[in-house]
Order: sequence, then C-alpha cells, then structure tokens
Amino acid sequence: MIDGFVALYIFMLAAFTGHEIIARVPVILHTPLMSGSNFVHGIVLVGAMIALGHATTPFETGLGFLAVLLGAGNAAGGYVVTERMLEMFKPSGKQPGGKV
Amino acid sequence: MSWLPVVVKACYFLAALLFILGLKRMSSPRTARGGIVWAGVGMLVAVLATFALPDIHHRGLILAAVLIGVAAAWWSGRRVAMTAMPQMVALYNGMGGGAAAGIGAAELVAHVRRLVPAASDTSPLRPESWTLVALHQAPALGLLSPVTLGLGVLGALIGAVSFSGSLIAFAKLQGWLDKRFVFPGQRIANLLVLLLALLHGAMLVGGDLTMPVIAGFFLFALLFGLMMTLPIGGADMPVVISLYNAFTGLAVAFEGYVLGNEAMIIAGMVVGAAGTLLTQLMAKAMNRSLGNVLFGSFGAAAGGAAQEISGAQKPIEAADSAVMMAYAERVAIVPGYGMAVAQAQHKVWEFAKLLIERGVKVKFAIHPVAGRMPGHMNVLLAEAGVPYDLIEDMDDINPEFPNTDVVLVIGANDVVNPMAKTDPSSPIYGMPILDVAAAKQVIVVKRGKGTGFAGIENTLFYADNTRMLYGDGQAAAGQLVSELKALDT
Repeated sequence: MIDGFVALYIFMLAAFTGHEIIARVPVILHTPLMSGSNFVHGIVLVGAMIALGHATTPFETGLGFLAVLLGAGNAAGGYVVTERMLEMFKPSGKQPGGKV
Repeated sequence: MSWLPVVVKACYFLAALLFILGLKRMSSPRTARGGIVWAGVGMLVAVLATFALPDIHHRGLILAAVLIGVAAAWWSGRRVAMTAMPQMVALYNGMGGGAAAGIGAAELVAHVRRLVPAASDTSPLRPESWTLVALHQAPALGLLSPVTLGLGVLGALIGAVSFSGSLIAFAKLQGWLDKRFVFPGQRIANLLVLLLALLHGAMLVGGDLTMPVIAGFFLFALLFGLMMTLPIGGADMPVVISLYNAFTGLAVAFEGYVLGNEAMIIAGMVVGAAGTLLTQLMAKAMNRSLGNVLFGSFGAAAGGAAQEISGAQKPIEAADSAVMMAYAERVAIVPGYGMAVAQAQHKVWEFAKLLIERGVKVKFAIHPVAGRMPGHMNVLLAEAGVPYDLIEDMDDINPEFPNTDVVLVIGANDVVNPMAKTDPSSPIYGMPILDVAAAKQVIVVKRGKGTGFAGIENTLFYADNTRMLYGDGQAAAGQLVSELKALDT
C-alpha cells in the first residue's frame, strides 16, 4: 500500500503532467488527443483484472468479470479509434489524397 | 518467486512512462502516429504483467472477459464511420467509467465480507465499533483504511456517473434520443439525487457498510449520471463527453489508490487533468461556461426582439461559382459538419486540388468547434487526404479574410454567423466566429433556405457579397468539380 502523502505527491505531479501535455496542443489534434487519453485510462483494465483475480464469492466474481469486460472494451476501443484517426494525419509532402 | 512482484512493479513503471511519452507525442501532428503506439505498448506491458501476478485467481475467466471485451470493441472501432467518432469515444469512455465503478463495487463487497468475521472475532464489540476494529486490524485483515475507503467510494461515484452519463451522450449523438428531457424543478431533483448518492457514500465511509447501502449508493450514482445528461442538448454534448473523459480518469486514479496500483494512479490522474483542461478549452471555444452547459438550457435565456433581417438570399449557379474560384487568387474553404454528413469531403478536396493545380492559393478554415468536437473536422478532412498544413485555425485565418477573394462555405452555418457579433439577443451572441463576411465574395453551399443545427437565422446569407449555391453538399461539390474540369476543355 502506498503511503498517503506519497500518493498525494503522485496525484499532484501526475496532474501537472497532464495539464502540461495538453496546454500546448494544436486544435487539430484535440479530438485524437481526447480519444488517446480515453485509451490511456483504459489502464482501468489492470485494476479490473486484479479485482476479478482476488474475488472469492460468486457476486464479487460477477462484478469483477463485468469490470474486466468493460475495461477491455475501453482499452481496445480507445486504441483502435485513436490509431485510425492519427493514421490519416499526414503533411502535404507525402502524396496527398492517398488512400485512407 | 519474490522477484516477481518487483518485475511487475517495474512493468507498471514502464507503462506509466510510455503513457506519458505517448500522450506527449500525440500532441504534435508529426509524432502523433507513434504516440498511440507507444501508449499501446505500455498498455500491453501492464496487462501482461498483471497476468503474471502470483496471487491472481480466475485466470481463465479474466482471459475470457478480456478476449470478449477486446473483440467487441475492436470490431466496432474498426467499422465505425469517422463522423460517428465522438459517440464512440463516449461509449468507450463510459465503459472505462463502468469498469472503475465495478472495481469500487467489488472492493466494497469484499471489504464487507472481510469485515463480518473481523467483527465476530471480537464479539463483545457492538456493530457500531466495526470501524474501530477495521482501523486497528486493517493491515492484517486486508481491510481498507478510512482514507482508502473514502477515495474508493469517491472513485466509484465518479465512475458510475461517467458510465451512465456517457451512455446517454452516446445515445443522443447516435440519434437514439433526440429529445431533451426538461421538466420544472429539474435542477432541484438532480441535486436531490446527487445528495442522496453522496449521503449513501458518506454512510459507507462512516462505517455503515451493508449491502443495501452499497446498492443504494450505486443506484443513486447511476441515476444522477442519467439525469444530469438527459437535459443537455446535442450541440453541447462534446463538452460533456470531454468532461466524462476527465471523470473516468479521476475515477481510475482513485481506484488505483485503493488497489495500490501506481500505473492506474498516474495514468488516471494525467487523463483527469488533461481532460479537465480540454473540457475548458472546448467550452471556451463554444462560448459556453461549463456551468452553463451543465445547468443551463440552450436558447432558453435569449430575450429581447431578434434582429431584423433585411434583403434576400441571392442564388448562384455551380458553373458561375466554379469560374469565380478558378480565376481567384486566394480561396478559403470553410467546411462544417453538414459537409461531413453529406460525405462531401472527398469531392471538396478533389475540387481544392484542381484549384491548386491552376495556381489558386487554397486554405481550409476550421472553426474550433466545427464538427462535433474540437478537431473533429480536422480528422474528417484528414480522412479525405487533405494535408494538415493547408488547414488553418480560426485565429490564424481571420486576419486573412479581407485579402481572400472567394470563401466557399459548405455545410457550416452558426460558426460563420455574424449575428454572434452584432445581435445580443441571439443565443450564439459572443461566440467567436470565422469572419468570412470580410472576404470579397462568399459562396454558401446549402441544402435549402432553412435555419441551421441550432435553429438560428444567419445574416451572412443575406449579405450583399454572399451568393447561395443551393443543393446537397455532395452533389454541389461534384458539380463544382465537373464545371472546373469543363473550363479547361
């Protein structure tokens, strides 16, 4: 278990990091970045796996299973959608109008 | 086997690092493509490491759930159209919120299970002193400390709200729920539901850990997400989706604290902060405060007499429009969501390429909220193959409009409406717009004479230098292309 104040420091520094990353992003990347950050919180899948892995009663197992299912959907869906969007960004140097 | 937990921790560290670096790369067009791959590798490392944890049971069930979830999301994410991207983000985000709430629920239920034997071991103690027992024996029994419990409950609350709210947002953008559900006293009802959810949460933290309270807590949290999102109109939905994205990040961070998982804490918090800032940027671009989006209702506050519109809309033929642009020096194209709905972006880009071949300087002017999210229009243009260096943001192109010979507005309406500057009674008054009226000539491609998405009249259509090219976006763009080609034969 993480000590309370260490966790507080982690919370704070991570929050600043997130703020800094977004602060200088051009508008054209807002949608892919929102989708990309949506993918990153798909890490919830790891927590769901731990919750299901530690479940002992059927009810907990059911909750854990549901959480893993949803978390996996978040991660996989977020990745596919973001990747598809970013795939299309190319500068005019590389044959514009190419197949998507 | 004692080295295994260290390896797993190292993997989580690597994952957190890759997430941050990946997001950083995603914030520049040149490296964005690689960014998502980096983050994807981080996710893979973290998931595989978790599988290797020694005290994990139900590995078969985990694998099954992961495979089903991944397959379903992969399949839906692959085939969804680019125009439907915002609601897919909402859907996947809702799933993340649901997962965070699920973790919270599982932890609370497990906590209750561990608590009951703890209480019976020290039978002279009355149930009220369960929390004391829990505090005292927490580390040994794997019980949650009050701080952990509090953060777990808070994370579950936020996750549940994000889950049900995102599902409503998805349904609205998908067109399954067109109506806005508004009734008198709605705000008070919403507030009441939120207070009930908070009350149940406080009871849980305060030690009243029973199944009915847990059930009530989640019921009210989910209900609040529904009720909070239902009255919000489709135009404001992007802000709401972004907000729920930040919510899910926070929920993940809090549940990560409960599980002692650093990767979840860092990734969740980074997304929570980034999402909050992104939400503010979006609300600002739409000239709406966040409070206004969440608690106001669009258009209802507009009072006073609307500005009188004089003059008439002046039509133009596709042939004349094509000639006008072919012999112009500078042309700016202002695409709106209507263009994307008509699937006209490929034809528009074909037209722009023909103009460029003739030596015309062509730019695409994008309003921050063109499309349904900031940057959505850029994605749609990128899909058609438009290079991103031809695309200009509002702040960069607005000073250039007076030097622009022809502006072609296609499928956009409110973002070019001068009434946002001139008519204080207009619902969009104060919203920053593209100053296309300053250009020498404006051609508006429009299906008919009606009002736009928000149902607001547009004085641009009646301006002296504006000509209306009536027709479906796809058909009109096709005509422009063939007229332009005909010029050279």
